[in-house]
Amino acid sequence: MNAARDLPRLGAAIAIGVLAFLPMARLPAFYDSFLYMVFFWVSLSTSWALLSGFAGYFSLGHAAFFGTGLYATAVLTTKFGWPFLPTLPVAAAIPALLAVGIGAIVFRLRRLRGELFALLTLAVTFVIATIILNTPIDGGGGIFMSAVPLPAITATPNGTIYVLGFVLCVATLAIAWWVAHSRLGMGLFAIHDDEDVAEAKGVPTLRYKLIAFALSAAVAGAVGGVHAMYVGFITVSGTFELTVPLYVILMSVLGGSRSWFGPAIGATVITALLYAFISGGEAMVGRAIVSVILISAILWLPDGAVPAARKWLAKHRRASAKQHVAEVAPVVPSVPPVADTVLLQARGVTKRFGGLQALGGVDLDVREGEILGLVGPNGSGKTTLINVISGFYPLTSGSVTVAGVEVGNLPAHEIARRGVARTYQIPRPFVNMTVLENVVLAATFGSLSRPAAEIRDEARHWIAFTGLSGKEDVLPAGLNLHERKFLELARALAAKPRLLLLDEVLSGLNPAEVDNAIRLVRAIRAQGATIVFVEHLMRAVVELSDRVAVLNEGKLFALGKPREVMRDPRVVSIYLGKAYAA
Amino acid sequence: MPSATLLGQALISGVLAGGLYGLLAMGLSLSWGLLRLVNLSHFALAFLSAYIVYELGTTYHVEPWWSAAMVVPLMFLIGAGQHWLFDRFKVNELASLLITFSFAVIVEVAIQLYWTADFRRYETEYATRSIKAGPFYIPVMELVLCIVAGLIAWGTWLWLRRTYVGKALRAAAEDAEIAAAYGVDHKKLAYLLSGIGAAYAGIAGTFIALIATLAPAQIWAYLGVVFAVVIIGRLGNPLGALAAGMLIGASESIAMAVLSPAWAPVVSFSVLIVILLWDPDWL
Repeated sequence: MNAARDLPRLGAAIAIGVLAFLPMARLPAFYDSFLYMVFFWVSLSTSWALLSGFAGYFSLGHAAFFGTGLYATAVLTTKFGWPFLPTLPVAAAIPALLAVGIGAIVFRLRRLRGELFALLTLAVTFVIATIILNTPIDGGGGIFMSAVPLPAITATPNGTIYVLGFVLCVATLAIAWWVAHSRLGMGLFAIHDDEDVAEAKGVPTLRYKLIAFALSAAVAGAVGGVHAMYVGFITVSGTFELTVPLYVILMSVLGGSRSWFGPAIGATVITALLYAFISGGEAMVGRAIVSVILISAILWLPDGAVPAARKWLAKHRRASAKQHVAEVAPVVPSVPPVADTVLLQARGVTKRFGGLQALGGVDLDVREGEILGLVGPNGSGKTTLINVISGFYPLTSGSVTVAGVEVGNLPAHEIARRGVARTYQIPRPFVNMTVLENVVLAATFGSLSRPAAEIRDEARHWIAFTGLSGKEDVLPAGLNLHERKFLELARALAAKPRLLLLDEVLSGLNPAEVDNAIRLVRAIRAQGATIVFVEHLMRAVVELSDRVAVLNEGKLFALGKPREVMRDPRVVSIYLGKAYAA
Repeated sequence: MPSATLLGQALISGVLAGGLYGLLAMGLSLSWGLLRLVNLSHFALAFLSAYIVYELGTTYHVEPWWSAAMVVPLMFLIGAGQHWLFDRFKVNELASLLITFSFAVIVEVAIQLYWTADFRRYETEYATRSIKAGPFYIPVMELVLCIVAGLIAWGTWLWLRRTYVGKALRAAAEDAEIAAAYGVDHKKLAYLLSGIGAAYAGIAGTFIALIATLAPAQIWAYLGVVFAVVIIGRLGNPLGALAAGMLIGASESIAMAVLSPAWAPVVSFSVLIVILLWDPDWL
C-alpha cells in the first residue's frame, strides 16, 4: 500500500529534478522549444479545468484570459519600460479581475447557466480582441518583443523561457492538486453534479465559482505573459485564436477534466501529435484531425482517460482489498423533549410564480424537538413551502425565522449553515461521488469546520446509522431507490441539522421499508433534531407526528393533533370531496 | 455628430443587415430552444452553402436561385444526419456545443483546402442594385433577404403555434417523457427540426454569397453577434430572433456611424450584457 503510494511521488520528484536542470544539458534548441510548448499547454489546459473541469462550467473564452495576460506583459515591457518579471503578477491580475466581472454577471442567472456561460466567454474573447485591435494597446500593427531583456536565469534566452514555462507548469499543477484536495475542490465537484443541491448542503456556490474562475484566468494570464517572450512578435489575430479554447478543451476532455492531472496527460499527448503534424507542414490538416479526435473523445470517452483508468483500477482492486469499517463512537447530542421555544416561525409566507400563487400567506410555528407532519392535496404548496424555507426559492413576501434569525432572503447555503437540512422527494445524490463522499460533503459544508478525519468518522457513523454500511465506496448509480432515500437522510443528518425538512421520504417504499424509515425518523428526533415532513402516507403521518398541518391551495387549512385533524370533516372533504365528509 | 440623413441611412442599413443576423439566429434558436442542442456548426453550414452557391454561380453559371434549390435540401440532410449522431450517443447540451464546434473547424479546413484562404466575391447584377426612397438608398438584395427572413420567421412561428407537429415539439421540449406518454414521437420530430434548422443555414448561406465577401475564417465572424441575437430573441422563438437581429443590426450600424466602424463588434455584446443584467421576465 505504501510502496504503491510512494512510487508516483518518487517518480514526480525525479521528473521535476531532471526537467528543471535540462537546459544545462545543452540539448538542441528543438527540445527546449518542444518541451516549453508541452509546459505551455499543460498549464493552460490545467488552468482551464480548475473551473470548467471541476465545476462543469465550460469556458470557450480561455483565449481572452491568456491574451489579456499576454498583452499586459507586452504593453508594460515595450511601452512603459517595465522589466519583464514584475509584469507577470499584473498579467495574472488583470484576467482574474475580468473573470470575476464576467462571473458576477453570468453566475447570477439561474436559467441557461452552462451554455450561456460557454457562449458569453466566447463573445468576450471577440470583444477584447476588438478593443485591443482598435486602441493604442495594439493599434493593429502588432508588438515586437525583441528589445525586451530577459532575466539571465540560464545562459541562453531559450533556456530562460524554458525555465519560466517549467516553473509555471509545476505551480499550476500544484494549484490544481491543492484545489482538488481542498474544501474548495469538494464544493466545485458538487456544483458540477448538482448545483442546487450543493447550495442547499451549504456550499457557497457563487463564491466558489468566482474563486475558481479567477484562479483559472490568473494562471492563463501568467502563462500568456511568459508566452509573449516566447513568440516575440504579437498580433491580435495570432493571440485571440479559437485554437486556444479548442485545444485546451480537447486536451482536458481527453485526459479527464475532473481529475487534477488529467489535462496534463491530454496536453502532453496532443502537443506531441501536433508537433508531428507541424513538422510535416500540415498545420491545417492537423487542426482537422484534432477536431476529429475531440468528437470521438466526447462520444466514446466522455469522462476522459484518467477517470476511465481509475474506474478500471478500482474495479480490479476492490475484490482484493475490502476495507475494514471502524467502529465509530456515536455522535449523539443530548435529547431534548418537545420544548416551548419556537424554532421555525413562518409569518405571511407568500410565493408567487408569475401569476400563479403557490403560497398565499402561511403562518406556522414549529417548536424545538417537534415532529410536524405537513399534508395536503397535490398542488397545495407543501413542497413549495419546503423550498421556500430552505432558500431554494426566494420569498415573494412574508418572513421565515429559524431560532429567531430571519432567513427569508438569505441564499440557500447560508440557511443550511444555520442548521436547516432537507431531503428531496426524488433523491438527488451527487452522481460522480461515492456514498461516503456524498455524506462527507454534507458534513463538511453543513456545520462548523472540523478536521477532515473527524468529518470522515462522522460520515461513516451516519452511513451506519442509515444502514448503508458496506456501500461507502459505491457510486449512487449502484444504489436502489430505498438506499438512495436513505443516502438522502444520511446527507441531511451529517449536517447536524437543528431543523430537518423531509420531502416524501416514504413514497415509493414497500411496507417493510416504510416501517424501517419510520423507526429511523424517530431515532433522528431522539438525536435532537426538529422535523418537518411532507407525506402522503397517512399511516406514517399519524404514527410519527406530534402535530399535523394541512395545507390547501397555498393556505394553512388546519393544524392540530394528528387523529383530531384527520377526522375533521373539512379536512376529509378537501381530500375526498364533500360527499365523504359527512 | 453625423447628419440626420446619415443616421437615417445607418438605421436602414442596420435593420436590413440585422435581417441576416435574424435569419442565421433562427435555426440556432430552434435547435437550442426545442432540442436543447447548441449547434455551433450552423455558421459553418451557412458558409459551406455560400461557397457552393458561389462555385455553382461562377464556374457553372447557375442562377443563385437554382443553386439555393439544391443547397437547401442538402443542408436539410446534413442537419438530420448530425441529429442522428446526437441521438445515437445521447449527447447533452455542452457536448453538442463541443462536437459542433469541432465539426465547424473541420468544415472550415475543408473550405480552406478547396477554395483557399483568399477572399472570394460573387459578382452578380443583383448585388449592386438599390432603390432610392427620399434621401435614402435601400439595397435590393438585403431588402429581399429581410422579406424572406420575415416570411420564414412568421411561417415558423405559426407552424410551432398552430400545427400538431409544432405543438408536439414544444411539448417535447418542456418534458420529453410526458410528451411521449401522450403519443408524441419526439425522435422523428427532432430529425425534422434539425433538418429545418440546417436548411435555414442554407438559405442564409445563399444570401451571404450574394451580399458578402467570402473567406473561411468568416465562419467565426457572425458567431458572437448571432448568439447574442439568439439569447435576446428568446430561445425557440423565430420572431424574437428576427426582431433581436434587427435591433442589434441597427445598434451596430448607428455605433459605426457615430463612433467608428471598428467598434461594431462591441455593441452587440454590450446590448447582450445590459439585457442579461436587466434580466427581464421574457428572457
